[in-house]
Amino acid sequence: MSNLDIILQQLANGLILGSFYALVALGYTMVYGIIKLLNFAHGDLYMVGGFVGFLILSAISGLLGESWGAILCSMVFSMLAVGLLGVIIQRIAYVPMLQAPRLSILITALAVSMILSNGVMAVTDGEYLAFSTDLSYDGLDLGNVFISYTQLALVIAACLLMVILYLFVHKTLYGKAMRAIAIDQDACRLMGINVNRIIALTFFIGSSLAGAAGVMAGVYYGSLHFSMGFVIGLKAFTAAVIGGIGSIPGAMLGGQVLGLLEAFGTQIPFVGSEWKDVFSFGLLILLLIFKPTGLLGKTEIERM
Amino acid sequence: MITTSAREKTGWLGWLQSQRNRMIVLMVLAAVAMVIPLVANNYMLEVLTNAWFYTVLCLGLNIVVGYAGLLDLGYAAFFAVGAYTTGILTSQFGVNFWLTIPVAVACSMLAGLIIGGPTLRLRSDYLAIVTLGFGEIVRIIARNLEITGGASGLIGIDRPSFFGIELSRGIHFYYVFLLLAILACFVSYRLQHSRLGRAWQYVREDEDAAEAMGIGRVAVKLYAYVIGAMFGGVAGCFFAVKMTAISPETFTFTQSVLILLGVVLGGMGKIPGVVIGAFALVLFPEVFRGLGSMRMLIFGIVMLIIMLYRPEGIWPQSKS
Repeated sequence: MSNLDIILQQLANGLILGSFYALVALGYTMVYGIIKLLNFAHGDLYMVGGFVGFLILSAISGLLGESWGAILCSMVFSMLAVGLLGVIIQRIAYVPMLQAPRLSILITALAVSMILSNGVMAVTDGEYLAFSTDLSYDGLDLGNVFISYTQLALVIAACLLMVILYLFVHKTLYGKAMRAIAIDQDACRLMGINVNRIIALTFFIGSSLAGAAGVMAGVYYGSLHFSMGFVIGLKAFTAAVIGGIGSIPGAMLGGQVLGLLEAFGTQIPFVGSEWKDVFSFGLLILLLIFKPTGLLGKTEIERM
Repeated sequence: MITTSAREKTGWLGWLQSQRNRMIVLMVLAAVAMVIPLVANNYMLEVLTNAWFYTVLCLGLNIVVGYAGLLDLGYAAFFAVGAYTTGILTSQFGVNFWLTIPVAVACSMLAGLIIGGPTLRLRSDYLAIVTLGFGEIVRIIARNLEITGGASGLIGIDRPSFFGIELSRGIHFYYVFLLLAILACFVSYRLQHSRLGRAWQYVREDEDAAEAMGIGRVAVKLYAYVIGAMFGGVAGCFFAVKMTAISPETFTFTQSVLILLGVVLGGMGKIPGVVIGAFALVLFPEVFRGLGSMRMLIFGIVMLIIMLYRPEGIWPQSKS
């Protein structure tokens, strides 16, 4: 393979990885933007999404097979289920804690994350589940660069979800309310916006995007494990910070940037793939220290 | 929240308020802890040793989380630095165990400085995620380097000797960790009631007001971080020689969360609470063996319930 081919191949790999990161990062950024909560459980929602998708796919595979139609169907249901789970979590764990010190709510979020990941572990006995599909291994063969149709479809689906989200946030009344709450919650309450409902909606959308990403990851990697949410949660948070936490286009951009950085990072001589995580966590730490506002974030003055 | 003053409290809690009575209880407990090995079997001894060990770790993290109010999700990293320093120095360079302790303490404090120095200016939730990332980085480095023994870790770490006695039996380590735990309690107590301890409390309750009063916010937090790291480092040293083998998988995120749970369970910032939390952490899975892999799930649920209904922990509040 020539250098150009390697670059193109890594570009393709980076974009697909980046799409997963971006979808998960969106949930982080939306929730953070609206109630300034770092939702530790978000990565686990992604994991739960993968498992729910798997359950639904195996339930309907007799009827619809295991091809695109069935996968789409399981993805939609998984999004609904995980979205609801997100709202339930918000109601039970986060609503009572909103006035508590920040340390308490962070620990609460951590507890929720533990419950989700270990709950799934107890149910699956900690085993890997094979996420089998009927998708073919065909793809676009561009010289030495190979992009399977599955990869292509997943990237397109992720982009589509992001476009829908962007339109929702910027063109609908609900989206406007969301953006308003992120700026000033009390003023919104005075303007007659049902703040709690909009926050719940934000949780629903953010969680369902993570659920969609979980199903996609199941299709892409072909296996599921209860611990898969931990690292992606951290990575997606990194992506959200890269783009500027609280900013929706920022999360999309940050996801792609991180995906590409990782894909090309493994090409650096003497740095094997076992250092991949060190690379992205190190990047996160450096970024938080030197540019905590990210690429598209606004400088924020903390209110006292 | 209803706050009762010290005098209104009735029953044994009220009785506990007096300094003299507290000392009596403490003495009795210390005596019990000292004589237990004479009647306990090996299994009980092992579990109790483990409990004292977690007491040291939890008290260390308590300085960061309880006193200074910073969330540290990578505490196992400091514990790892201590354990690996001792492990590498004794097994690969033949250094005497007792000489490795100051080195390990220095290394873990340095790790605390490196990670705390630049990040303590950040918002508390950013700090949490940075410490999480740092914990993972330390573990991955330990897994990938040759000097740390890679994924299988270090084995055959020599047992230390103490005035000619080789510390090898369970009872030896019981007393070693009991001593460490008592030392940790003492240091924590002294710190809590020092000028620095009051500064921590102030920064925790209101950072801006503290700063306005002339408390160096970042410096004070850094002290908490470095001292907490030191506790972890010391515990790590003794852990390495007790187990004689260490592997990266001992220092996972789950380990950090467990230590944090010990702190939260008993009530952040209170020494007796943290000791109880550490014991609950170790004893619970031993008592309910049948739960097996459900352990962390139940811990998660307990943690959630505590945060929602009793954020001050199971040890009652004694604010005046």
